Amino acid sequence: MERYVARALTCSALIAGMVGFAGAAWSQSEVKSPTLDAVKKRGEVICGVDTGIPGYAYQDASGKWQGLDVALCRAVAAATLGDPEKVKYIGTTSKVRFSVLQSGEIDLLVRDSELTLTRDSALGLVEVTPNFYTGQTIMVRKNLNVAHVKELNGATVCLLTGTTLETNIADYNRANNIKIGTLLFERPEEAFAAAEAGRCDGYTDDGGSVAAGRSAMKKPDDWIFLPEVLSRQPLGPHTRQGDDRWTDIVKWTHFAMLEAEELGITQANVDEMKKTSTDPQVKKFLGLEGDLGKGLGLDNDFAYKVVKAVGNYGEVYEATFGSKGLGLPRGLNNLYRNGGLMYPYSWY
Amino acid sequence: MVRRPSRRAYAAQWLLLLAVLAVAYLVVADATDNLSHRNLSFGFGFLADRANFDIPFHVISWTESDSYGRALLVSFVNTLLVSAMGIVAATGLGLLLGIMRLSVNWLIRNLALVYIEFVRNTPLLVQIIFWYFAVLQTLPPPRRSIVIPGGLLLNIRGLYVPSAVMADRASILSLLSAAALVLTPLVWRLPLKGGRLGAKALLLPLAAVGLFAAGIEHIEFPTLTGFNITGGAQIPPELAALWAGLSIYFAAFIAEIVRSAIEAVPKGQHDAARALGLSTLAVLFLIVLPQAVRIMVPQLTSQYLNLIKSTTLGAAVAYPEIFQIFAGTVMNQAGKEVETIIIVMAIFLTVSLIFSAFMNWYNSRIALVER
Repeated sequence: MERYVARALTCSALIAGMVGFAGAAWSQSEVKSPTLDAVKKRGEVICGVDTGIPGYAYQDASGKWQGLDVALCRAVAAATLGDPEKVKYIGTTSKVRFSVLQSGEIDLLVRDSELTLTRDSALGLVEVTPNFYTGQTIMVRKNLNVAHVKELNGATVCLLTGTTLETNIADYNRANNIKIGTLLFERPEEAFAAAEAGRCDGYTDDGGSVAAGRSAMKKPDDWIFLPEVLSRQPLGPHTRQGDDRWTDIVKWTHFAMLEAEELGITQANVDEMKKTSTDPQVKKFLGLEGDLGKGLGLDNDFAYKVVKAVGNYGEVYEATFGSKGLGLPRGLNNLYRNGGLMYPYSWY
Repeated sequence: MVRRPSRRAYAAQWLLLLAVLAVAYLVVADATDNLSHRNLSFGFGFLADRANFDIPFHVISWTESDSYGRALLVSFVNTLLVSAMGIVAATGLGLLLGIMRLSVNWLIRNLALVYIEFVRNTPLLVQIIFWYFAVLQTLPPPRRSIVIPGGLLLNIRGLYVPSAVMADRASILSLLSAAALVLTPLVWRLPLKGGRLGAKALLLPLAAVGLFAAGIEHIEFPTLTGFNITGGAQIPPELAALWAGLSIYFAAFIAEIVRSAIEAVPKGQHDAARALGLSTLAVLFLIVLPQAVRIMVPQLTSQYLNLIKSTTLGAAVAYPEIFQIFAGTVMNQAGKEVETIIIVMAIFLTVSLIFSAFMNWYNSRIALVER
């Protein structure tokens, strides 16, 4: 009899142990992100941004980082740590940006970087989702009397090295049987100055950066954008391969900014919406119902924190590229219902 | 065995070698491991891929359809070009400044001093960027080029000079011409009636010029078409600024080497030459400088090596040298960071080693033979 009891006890202990172990393993596999763990332990998000270009990422007169890419860094910090100020910005040149991310020096790269097949495959990175749709644009001096890119045969354009732009120009030359020369610079400052001095006939980059370049010229009105767009350039954040959960967090932080715009939630009214709204979608979005945030390993109200910290995507765009910033029409970066391409995945 | 000191020394050296090899192995294994962890591959096959970008200034031919390997060669030649130009100009200017530093004239002496102190104590990169924008700000746009007699045009895009278009048969003639130039110093030393052939060997370079001229089909003059000047050869402002920056900066260091070397020549040599009635210039060029060169060479070598390595700063002013083109554009397009950096480092190491081997040979040739 005693033997049976002992055997039963051992069995149940074993089973309990296995269940416990499986449970522990289960809950661990549910939220397992080395990057998120590291961020929480460190107490700050290390975000790779541009070295300084109006619109995307730059330091204002008081040394505070501003820009569309910076807003995403702040939003990720708000979502993960609850405080948008807990970000350490690392300015990266176009040449080293991917190496810095691969080596683990930064948690994510939000540096007006184009999403391309090579970068996705050969570099071992994940292209999260586009946060800015643009295309390669050429800006020339008005007094050149050029209206189209094709008329630039024999001209020279200034641009930055280590980008996809040079290849696009080469392809355009080949397709149209013309010759547009290029002059490659390391940093935007020298490239802008050389274009200003007249060393080149034009300056090329993605539309947002060219708008930034124009704002840096002594007389911005002397420069016009040519209507042709040489390439599609979906720009967006990059993360390292092998940490899917972290990639999800970055992706859904961006979608939170879009969803907020869709739902009409702004930085100014988010607190009021949280208190008064009866819309079930708003309630779920702000974490009052359901457990959308928990699935990502975040607080349930992470979307509330994101909107509270940086506002919705439309607000960020207005402040950086829109009417309060560089004056670039919203175009492709509008929500889908306003004729743009911003179409977030479903939340519910 | 361990008791004998010579054996012990052997054993220690072998152990050291093993340790070095082990560390090297660990480094390589770790790098490969990390690369595969990040889903990156290692290999040099990308050198044969199509480059598909433009190199604005090239000495040897370049088209966008050439390979990455060709881009490496083109940018390497650009690096060598600016290095050679910099070494020649910095040496000439440095020699002049070094002699000025020892002048009896107060103004000349102190002008050189101010130059040297000012140039030596500001960063080279700042100087190069300064020259670049100084050049850009002063020159007119292409449509208002300054016309220089002889068919030359000068504007913000560079100095355009007439160039020779070679006929089909020219390659053999050019080779012969180059061979004649290379042989000249050898022929100069040929023994002839107890002496040397000497100045009669100068017929060879004359023949070389003749051969080269025979290969020219026509001279192409630069002209304005559309936005830019076409035809002729272009010396871009990027090259000029980098060249000026390197020459002016390293001349200051070379001037101090020249000064110290001249001062190190025993004063008796100078006094004896004066006593023989030689003029000041003759004393300097026939007696003092030839002896000073012996003292200068080892220090000059290290300045020259520094100059060659500093050409990588050309990337800041858009000069297409090896660092900008290969460790910049190619690295980014091909996504081969480790490989491109290894190649660039290997190339600089090889150039530096060959150059210092040459300078060591020259040094031992001109050194005093002591018996």
